[in-house]
Amino acid sequence: MHAPVPPRPEPLVRIDRVSKTFGAHRAVDGVSLDLEAGSFLCLLGPSGCGKSTLLRLLAGFESPEAGRILIDGADVTGLPPHRRPVNMMFQSYALFPHMSVGRNVAYGLQGLGLGRTAIAERVADLLRLVRLEGLSERRPDRLSGGQRQRVALARALAREPRVLLLDEPLGALDRGLREETQGELRALQRRLATTFVVVTHDPAEAMTLADRIAVMDRGRLVQAGSAADLYERPESRFVAGLLGDVNLIEGRLGGGRPDGRATLETGFGALVAGAPEAALGPGEPVVAAIRPERVALLAGPGEGLQGTVTDAVFLGDRIRRQVRMRDGTLIRAASPVSADPGAGPGTEVRLAIPPEAVRVLAP
Amino acid sequence: MTEARPKPAAARGPRLLAALVRLPPLLWLGAFFLVPFAITLKISLSEPATAMPPYLPVLDWQGGLEGWTSFLEALHFGNYEMLASDALYRDAALSSLLLALSATGLLACIGTPLAYAMARAPARLQPLLVALLVVPFWTSFLIRVYAWIAILKPEGLLNAALLRIGLIREPLELLNTQAAVMIGLVYAYLPFMVLPLYAVTSRIDPSLREAASDLGASPTRIFWTVTLPLSLPGLVAGMLLCFIPMVGEFIIPDLLGGSDTLMLGRVLWSEFFSNRDWPLASAVAILLLVILVGPVVLFREAETRRGEAAR
Amino acid sequence: MTAFTRTALVLGLAFLYAPILVLVVFSFNASSLVTVWGGFSTRWYGVLLDDAPLIAAAWVSLRVALMAALVATILGTLAALALERHGRFRGRGPFTALVYAPMVMPEVITGLSLLLLFVGIGLDRGLATIVIAHATFGTGFVAVVVGARLKGLDRSLEEAAADLGAGPARVFRTVTLPLLAPAVAAGFLLAFTLSLDDLVIASFVSGPGATTLPMRLYSQVRLGVNPEINAASTLLIALVSLVVLAASRLLGRPDAAA
Repeated sequence: MHAPVPPRPEPLVRIDRVSKTFGAHRAVDGVSLDLEAGSFLCLLGPSGCGKSTLLRLLAGFESPEAGRILIDGADVTGLPPHRRPVNMMFQSYALFPHMSVGRNVAYGLQGLGLGRTAIAERVADLLRLVRLEGLSERRPDRLSGGQRQRVALARALAREPRVLLLDEPLGALDRGLREETQGELRALQRRLATTFVVVTHDPAEAMTLADRIAVMDRGRLVQAGSAADLYERPESRFVAGLLGDVNLIEGRLGGGRPDGRATLETGFGALVAGAPEAALGPGEPVVAAIRPERVALLAGPGEGLQGTVTDAVFLGDRIRRQVRMRDGTLIRAASPVSADPGAGPGTEVRLAIPPEAVRVLAP
Repeated sequence: MTEARPKPAAARGPRLLAALVRLPPLLWLGAFFLVPFAITLKISLSEPATAMPPYLPVLDWQGGLEGWTSFLEALHFGNYEMLASDALYRDAALSSLLLALSATGLLACIGTPLAYAMARAPARLQPLLVALLVVPFWTSFLIRVYAWIAILKPEGLLNAALLRIGLIREPLELLNTQAAVMIGLVYAYLPFMVLPLYAVTSRIDPSLREAASDLGASPTRIFWTVTLPLSLPGLVAGMLLCFIPMVGEFIIPDLLGGSDTLMLGRVLWSEFFSNRDWPLASAVAILLLVILVGPVVLFREAETRRGEAAR
Repeated sequence: MTAFTRTALVLGLAFLYAPILVLVVFSFNASSLVTVWGGFSTRWYGVLLDDAPLIAAAWVSLRVALMAALVATILGTLAALALERHGRFRGRGPFTALVYAPMVMPEVITGLSLLLLFVGIGLDRGLATIVIAHATFGTGFVAVVVGARLKGLDRSLEEAAADLGAGPARVFRTVTLPLLAPAVAAGFLLAFTLSLDDLVIASFVSGPGATTLPMRLYSQVRLGVNPEINAASTLLIALVSLVVLAASRLLGRPDAAA
């Protein structure tokens, strides 16, 4: 039974086939992406993949060679940064060193036609929002890293932007503070219902923060979706490898099965896999992506994929083993400590992998 | 496929602004640096005359091509022939180069250990040391050269001290000699040598020296194999920064040198002020410039490379 | 500190400061012989104050230096902005060379060629011509000081201002200029002292009636050492030291690090 499909809301931001090159380097290459109002998007990818350039295109610091950017249906492609309804939190925070915290936050409010008292009230509200009451007169160089980050956030929020852009917002914080701040950022986004776009190179951070992750590689958008989508159903080995540990096993696609599943011929036997991507036909070389936690170890002889445990590492919440298959392929298997088969190095084991956990990808 | 899109209107504003920002310095320097220079070149090709213009030949701007050719035919190379044939100018050029070269060498020998010592001094002392080096750098050149007259003259302090300790019996003839000029050059230009050298040396990662020492290198070997090669860009910059102005130096040879100390700057000055031969003075200026083109280009390149290395 | 470091520093600084120290000490000498100590006295400072031509020359120098430094600061700051902020344009290389060349040009050449220009266009030589000449070579120095600061200025500060709704003019007024101010002031002071110090160029381009302090001192120095010059030099050294102190304060301010 299908629920009636609700009419798709008009996207708040539409990025339409946007390209930007620097000299011979294609920083952003034909990227199209829609963003719904109130969503939290992460642009994820290794450094140099074009995610920061895409953010700067949205902010208006760069102008694209091709393509358009629409916000609320209006084409903003040719608009300079100060005329766009978006604000940015910079990676370096870019706090004005010659102004107090209060004046930094007030900067964007001046020239909006607000009165002096209205600005003062708004600044006080914003500082309360980021828990910096009483620091209004401080100079930025007298603040801790975490405090500076919050001033930058308050300053970027002051104009109530349609979209808040955050470039590696937590990159300069140390680990404990970063995790705490992730939670705060997420809560703040829910409360304000402002659309956030965060650039990060850290997959764990992207998964923690975002409703939606857009993965970029070498200027192209390779896959976008929820964290679960990307984790469970990666469409390329790049995405599979980016989000968490994965076994990548090379093989050839076998004939189709009546139940619609595919078989995969590997050096250590046949694997039953989920339905392959449509473009792949029998006999083609493919790669199977299998998450270690989906690989179960069965003790004793019997049917199945035989292997020998070569290594077992205790990781606190789980135990990760490495299994050598008969052709020498190494497969990692992770089991929760509570349900551990207890197989030490040298133990003969059989692997059980559910077909839906075997994701067949182009090599 | 790339869509052709008209340039956003916003891009035109910044471009206009950039042109407006550039214009005032461009016009000023064009009028008061380039044009005077072209005039000097032209006058150096005029017939010797005393003081006042117009110098022949005069370019007839309305004359078109014919005006140009007759102008070019009438150009007078006599001033340069004079420079080439008269031993006075040859000697002046040679001794300018020689004095500047040897002073630069001496400065490198004195400046390197000084810059090295500054970079090795405790971190809290270093800003003070830099300030101590900068103050003479900003203090009047004339005054600093003048200070040496009192020290070097026959009844001066140096001779008095040497006589007192009995090292000499007769006052030495120090002032108005090549040696005095050399002392003056080294003294006046020392900050120019040390500052760029220190800037580079102080940025060398101390763990590199420690690594060399850990691998068994003696302090001497560390200096020759690690510190010196890494501070070479600063040394080159410092040497050129001293050499270039020294070739055209006027004050030092004039105040400390004898009548036999010939340097191009001084020759230009006396051709201009004493002999009032402006075309010849112009020719000396052009000669000086030709000598300096090479070092200046070298300096620009060294600076560009240093700028890139710092990035 | 090793023995080597200490020795090198002591010798180096002694070499730099001994002549200046001698000069200052003998400015307080009661005797008119510059090399024989005749007791402490400030009489030469008194003589100095009565030396009308010298005082007049000092005034000329101050006026020239102020005006030249003002012009050089405006031009040099604009040149630095053109090179660092409006980066790519045709003729950037020649423009850079044009800005920096007057710094390395030997003074005798700058002086002579400017004089030939002034004579050529029939401009009467005097205060104005010295100001023009000093502004011309001061521009490059200001451009270097301001340019270094601009280079170190985090570009995202200006971007943040634009992002927060400030147009180019407001970005410049509220962010770029305030952050640049210490370097602009330091550049001004540098151009000022350079002008105050110049003998060679001023000698070429000045006319009757416009004798600067270095020109006046030079004409006296040529006649020999005299304690009055020591006194004048001491005052000048004190002035310059104060200026250097001010400049290093300006460039060392906490904002400067950001």
